[in-house]
Amino acid sequence: MAKLTLFWTDGLFFGLLLAMVLGLWRMSRREHFRRPWRSVSGSRSAVISATVLTVYLLIGILDSVHFYPAADRSGAGQFKTEALSLLDWWASPLRSRVEKTYSAPLAVRGYARETVTGADGTQRWSFPRLQYGGAHLQDPERDWLGDVVATGLLGMAKGGLLGIGLVALVALLRARRRRVPWRDGLAVLRDEPGPSAWRWALATLLAIALLGGASAELSLKYHVFGTDKVGEDVLFQCLKSIRTGLLIGTLTTFVTLPLALLLGIAAGYYRGWVDDVIQYLYTTLNSIPGVLLIAASMLLMQAYIARHESEFASLALRADFRLLFLCLILGLTSWTGLCRLLRAETLKLREMEYIQAARALGVWQGTILLRHIVPNVFHLVLISVTLDFSSLVLAEAVLSYINIGVDPATESWGNMINGARLEMARDPVVWWSLSAAFVFMFGLVLAANLFADAVRDAFDPRRVE
Amino acid sequence: MTQYLLRRILYAVPLLMGVNVITFVLFFIVNTPDDMARMHLGQKRVTAEAMAKWKHERGYDLPLFVNDQAEGAGQVTDTIFFQKSVGLFLFRFGRSDAGEDIGADISQRMWPSLAIAAPSLLVGLAVNISMALLLVLFRRSYLELWGLVACVALMSVSSLFYIIGGQYLVGKLLQLVPISGYGSGAGAFKFLVLPVVIGVVSGIGSGVRWYRSLFIEEVEKDYVRTARSKGLGETYVLFTHVLKNAMIPILTGVVVVLPLLFTGSLITESFFAIPGLGSYTINAINSQDFAIVRAMVFLGSALYILGLLLTDISYTLVDPRVRLE
Repeated sequence: MAKLTLFWTDGLFFGLLLAMVLGLWRMSRREHFRRPWRSVSGSRSAVISATVLTVYLLIGILDSVHFYPAADRSGAGQFKTEALSLLDWWASPLRSRVEKTYSAPLAVRGYARETVTGADGTQRWSFPRLQYGGAHLQDPERDWLGDVVATGLLGMAKGGLLGIGLVALVALLRARRRRVPWRDGLAVLRDEPGPSAWRWALATLLAIALLGGASAELSLKYHVFGTDKVGEDVLFQCLKSIRTGLLIGTLTTFVTLPLALLLGIAAGYYRGWVDDVIQYLYTTLNSIPGVLLIAASMLLMQAYIARHESEFASLALRADFRLLFLCLILGLTSWTGLCRLLRAETLKLREMEYIQAARALGVWQGTILLRHIVPNVFHLVLISVTLDFSSLVLAEAVLSYINIGVDPATESWGNMINGARLEMARDPVVWWSLSAAFVFMFGLVLAANLFADAVRDAFDPRRVE
Repeated sequence: MTQYLLRRILYAVPLLMGVNVITFVLFFIVNTPDDMARMHLGQKRVTAEAMAKWKHERGYDLPLFVNDQAEGAGQVTDTIFFQKSVGLFLFRFGRSDAGEDIGADISQRMWPSLAIAAPSLLVGLAVNISMALLLVLFRRSYLELWGLVACVALMSVSSLFYIIGGQYLVGKLLQLVPISGYGSGAGAFKFLVLPVVIGVVSGIGSGVRWYRSLFIEEVEKDYVRTARSKGLGETYVLFTHVLKNAMIPILTGVVVVLPLLFTGSLITESFFAIPGLGSYTINAINSQDFAIVRAMVFLGSALYILGLLLTDISYTLVDPRVRLE
């Protein structure tokens, strides 16, 4: 048995996901929101990037369900002190098979020479076999290539089967929806008019399943992206970093949205001294260089943790607190842009006839704000949240590099890049950590950028062509 | 005009006061001088005398806001808040926690920062604008489509990768220029090439997209249609009519960052070991020198507000339709 636990960031993350689902559900019932979403789902790049984002999100969710595993098999109510996530548990082979030090991707031998004792007791100065990577091979020089290809193909086949199963399932559901016999499901998918969202989403999923299947199968026997300085699997670190990236990009909205909505709408609607005060507030905050404000706050937080060491039961809790704090501070420095947009939009809206009419009819102010203003500025919120996401993910890497980002113990792309900086100066070059972080980060940010572009094109009324 | 400027300059005072209060709250109330002393002298086993001495040397042993022991005006002036704020407002930054003169450091270190930031801005501007114009010239073609795809891809790469990749490729593989470091006078040139090139390349993605959107907005306007209907060529219209009119948003976007060129870039300077203000700030952050960080926050804010003011003035200069009231 295991004891479930909820870190602070987990709780907020799930709360946010719930809010997102609720928001999408509400939007799906309103025609004026359904129309722009239809235009988003009509764009090929938007559908592909949304699918990629969903895959990232699923991994992030897996990594956000934490539990304390039982300390022994009897399950006598004793739990280990270090919490694991579902992803940790699922990828245990990756997590537990730690080599001594660096090893190249798919390597069977170590990165550095050392004294190796041969089978006949002689000692040689050469590259040692890895403890886990390719340990099953009898003669690595002869069997390595064939084994890698065979394993990769097997994994691809497994992933492909999974993907095809998924396609079949969707085809079945679509067929039921259209009330045609299930045999015609594939034809329904194929013949759907226009650039069908389903087709591209399924094609993307199939591609991801093939790649994922191959790397999953390979990583049972090898280290697909090699290992880092202390011998940990780089692929596993990249997977763990996804959660950090997603949290940084999303949890900041807990600060930005309330502040920007409340202050922006209040400034635009009430004008006068309220407007003056709020404008003063955001000009002041804006004039402080963002990085320095974050740096100052993070320094203070470090001092706070040092003073209250006893309140943090484990390193993981401390890292979690630091991550949460970073999200909040990033939010505090990035709400001003949206606030200014909302203020301008509200200034325009409050002079509209329908709001004048509501006021003349004596509608309560709160009702005017909630029913007439907020829904009509909501597209701005949506656009700015999706646009900010990618820049926040990128900012994390930079901040971690200056040591004011996430905790060094937290897996993040920023920390990986930071570590890889010195590795580039080694000879031979240790390129795999950096490349792996690059691939995973680029995937997330590119998908987010493309998706945000599509959302902006669909929701921004000025861009209707 | 003069009246407007005067009012704007006066408005800067409460803004800077606000910045000052925020930094003061962050550095002296949330984190008390006692904490700072303990952090610098070592977390544990600090004697009360050592802490008192450390605080006295830096003027941190006064009360925060109100001094009950002093007489008359001294109640307000003999406090940390007053002493430290007045210093900042007069741009007398005093000494860092490590005992160096911050003002002298800043005036010496801002030149290397400027030497990197100014060429990066100018070259970047030229490259971005010409590429954006090219995309607009060939709009609704494959060149534009793939150009935009390339821009999104370039935008999605972290600036750290550009720096690490550039250093590896140019500095280590090709060995064209030194990987990092800085020299004085003309010798600085070979150290500056790589950071400037990397700075320009990493800005291309978002820059070209931004300028393209400015030009596209302008291209749809009536005067452009009129120019075309007069029989003027597309390139002529683009370079004389469109570019000139799009200059207004471009210029104001540039003017606002001009004063901030002095403060430099944190990341670039620390990667290339350039002794500018950016690396100065990073060192201060890493050694937890609050006096320097506070000075840099104040300086950055002041320069930003100066940038806003310059933007307003430049509006009136380039756009005769705008009158400042």
